Amino acid sequence: MTENPLPQDTWTVAGRSFTSRLVVGTGKYKDLEETAAAIKASGAEMVTVAVRRVNLSDTSAPMLQDYVDPKIYTYLPNTAGCFTAKDAVRTLRLAREAGGWNLVKLEVLGPPPHLYPDMMATFEAAEALIKDGFEVMVYCADDPVGARRLEDMGCVAIMPLGAPIGSGLGLQNPAMLAMLIEQAKVPVLVDAGVGTASDAAVAMELGCDAVLMNSAIAHATDPLRMARAMKHAVLAGRDAFLAGRMPRRLGADPSSPLTGLIR
Amino acid sequence: MMTTLTLTLNGETRAFPAPLSVHALLQTLGLDVRKVAVERNEAIVPRSTYTGVLLEDGDILEIVHFIGGG
Repeated sequence: MTENPLPQDTWTVAGRSFTSRLVVGTGKYKDLEETAAAIKASGAEMVTVAVRRVNLSDTSAPMLQDYVDPKIYTYLPNTAGCFTAKDAVRTLRLAREAGGWNLVKLEVLGPPPHLYPDMMATFEAAEALIKDGFEVMVYCADDPVGARRLEDMGCVAIMPLGAPIGSGLGLQNPAMLAMLIEQAKVPVLVDAGVGTASDAAVAMELGCDAVLMNSAIAHATDPLRMARAMKHAVLAGRDAFLAGRMPRRLGADPSSPLTGLIR
Repeated sequence: MMTTLTLTLNGETRAFPAPLSVHALLQTLGLDVRKVAVERNEAIVPRSTYTGVLLEDGDILEIVHFIGGG
């Protein structure tokens, strides 16, 4: 049996093209070996990383780069843990110096327990970063008005949350996400909130360009298997979006012909 | 006469013999200069200037690297 070849399906952000529409975080794993194995199983080509102080009392400790090669994976430094625009900008300036590239993930968060994006602070940080030459992929509220503003400012990708960070609740506001995706002219990534494979498929079926997740894989009982499940879910969701789903109808419509029934 | 520099490194106060460049500090600490970034008194120190930048008494330094994160 030969498979019907489908055209290559890629997405592009800031001039870089990716085949995988799954972007994964590198946090919360048992160790760096598991991190590397899960990322490989996910098929992701872009990974988010955090910027933190070096432990000066043990400078020989293994580093992430030794396990997740920045020459193979596109590192997307984040500003996780930043609650002010100033901290976020400072963190990403350090990230640019450490990594030598301009593509970053900006997130400025509100307080626990929601860690909801602080949009005012996000606008402020985005403006400073864009002025400073960064290419900003921005974590934001599921707010089409705010998202449009971030896009107009020059952000290279819009990344609305599906649900609170690390909650695994699945997409809480699919209708608003769909409208946000519909209006965007830059890539949209659903970021945060995915709990299991079906959530990732739902996100892709809405038409977003990619899905970003960390906890759903790292906190699964078997992270490697869940990484593989997510890879397939994202592919399935993307194909379902491109295929165009059948219309919903109230009531049954039998699949077998009614003619030729035995009497 | 040997002078001493008191530096704050990632929030900890430590003393080093002067003169000390950023490059020499990183070497003393055993860090791979290609894998870290340095902020001095809230300003980035570009990697290309590590050898030339001499640290001063009271400097506050942040030395960071990439770790796992979502």
